[in-house]
Amino acid sequence: MSGDAFTYSRAADLAEALAAGAAPGAAFLAGGTDLTPLWKARAARPDHVVDISRLPLAQIEATSAGLTLGALAKLSDVAADPAVRRDYPLVAEAIRASASGQVRNMASLGGALLQRTRCAYFRDAAMACNKREPGSGCGALAGENRGAAIFGASEACVATHPSDVAVALAALDAQVEIAGPKGTRRIALADLHREPGDTPEIDTTLAHGEVVTRIEVPAAPAWRATYLKVRDRASFEFAVISVAAALEIANGRIVQARLCAGGVAPKPWRLTAAEAALAGHAPTLDVFAEAADLAVQGARPLAHNGFKIDLLRRAVARALATVGGAA
Amino acid sequence: MPDAGRVEIRLTLNGEPRQIAVAPFDTLLDVLRDQVGLTGVKKGCDMGACGACTVLADGRRIKACLALAASYDGRAITTIEGIGSPEALHPLQAAFVRHDALQCGYCTPGQILSALALIEEGVADREAIREGLSGNLCRCGAHPAIVEAVAEVAGL
Repeated sequence: MSGDAFTYSRAADLAEALAAGAAPGAAFLAGGTDLTPLWKARAARPDHVVDISRLPLAQIEATSAGLTLGALAKLSDVAADPAVRRDYPLVAEAIRASASGQVRNMASLGGALLQRTRCAYFRDAAMACNKREPGSGCGALAGENRGAAIFGASEACVATHPSDVAVALAALDAQVEIAGPKGTRRIALADLHREPGDTPEIDTTLAHGEVVTRIEVPAAPAWRATYLKVRDRASFEFAVISVAAALEIANGRIVQARLCAGGVAPKPWRLTAAEAALAGHAPTLDVFAEAADLAVQGARPLAHNGFKIDLLRRAVARALATVGGAA
Repeated sequence: MPDAGRVEIRLTLNGEPRQIAVAPFDTLLDVLRDQVGLTGVKKGCDMGACGACTVLADGRRIKACLALAASYDGRAITTIEGIGSPEALHPLQAAFVRHDALQCGYCTPGQILSALALIEEGVADREAIREGLSGNLCRCGAHPAIVEAVAEVAGL
């Protein structure tokens, strides 16, 4: 397989990367595990590839203020880091549940967050896909949509974002630092990915030429957390649905809860109504069941993905039971 | 002088320094097989799923079909040709033979390199071996024997 020809340059520093990335048709290359196969499928068609893989943005630092992860840190290194495993195990668990050993060695954290929101129609250049070719239609809408979103979708696009680590980081209220031609800015990870609306070709709120430089996770209370990934195969498969659940429990009460779902939306989907319903209550199965019911409010099924609603409800209840000690 | 548009890269291939002019969009897999002639690494799915293209880059297992060769300038690459020899098999190769861990042999170079790196990463039990090798598919179904061969070398 091969896509169309492109030119290549390697950025020696961030300034060079930003200068080269500003050109129309330029794409950044980190680990290449998303860009390369999409390029082969002609779902990505860069004119010029700017290799940022050697930039010194691979740090993994835990301090009392929180966890700082360079965007070029390899997924396998983040998952193996002792401080991440000790203090942010949800992040390590989500990474270990994703991809394969080889891909985790190649893939960057930033690239995992910025991998394309997609479905099978996006990846197949012969199929109608508004994300890949605006105006060509959404083949999944009336076609095969078993894997489609139940939240946040539109008539133009029903694809989901596949990253597991994004779901875990979103549950932990991660922030993202972005460098661009106009300077540096910071946003919540929750604001990085967009809902498609009628412009599904745009997955994120990044401007062309901007690059994610680091991801910061606020210092954690003693979360009890788990990442539950439900998929068709036991390994090396995107989630059908997934749930990142974290509870802070003190004196027999839930102080605060975080719930974020994957495989159900074009971005990690915080289950805020369920979170609110858990706060202040005892961690019992009844309380978890009520939260799980709230978690699926507003879900909108298509012809083949309605099963995701009950599956999500059960997965939320199961994840909460696992961390609440009631499993 | 390289052709216009080609990128000069230096690789250490199985311990030998090599300088190669590659197209910007050449994968490491295609460069190894077609330009260098190291055909032990196989092209299976060419999209990062099957693992037949697994090689080691600076000792870490990667999928060569996902790797742009230009981005691997300066790296040390190990292919199956760099593991053992017909006269002196690597212990893992000998274990694969002993346990009959192959049929057609197409996935085998990738399995062995992946397993070598996995053993370095550390595996606690057979479940961890199965999980750790989930990026290497065997269409002939030799997985149980592959797991046994790896378990033996890993001392499990």
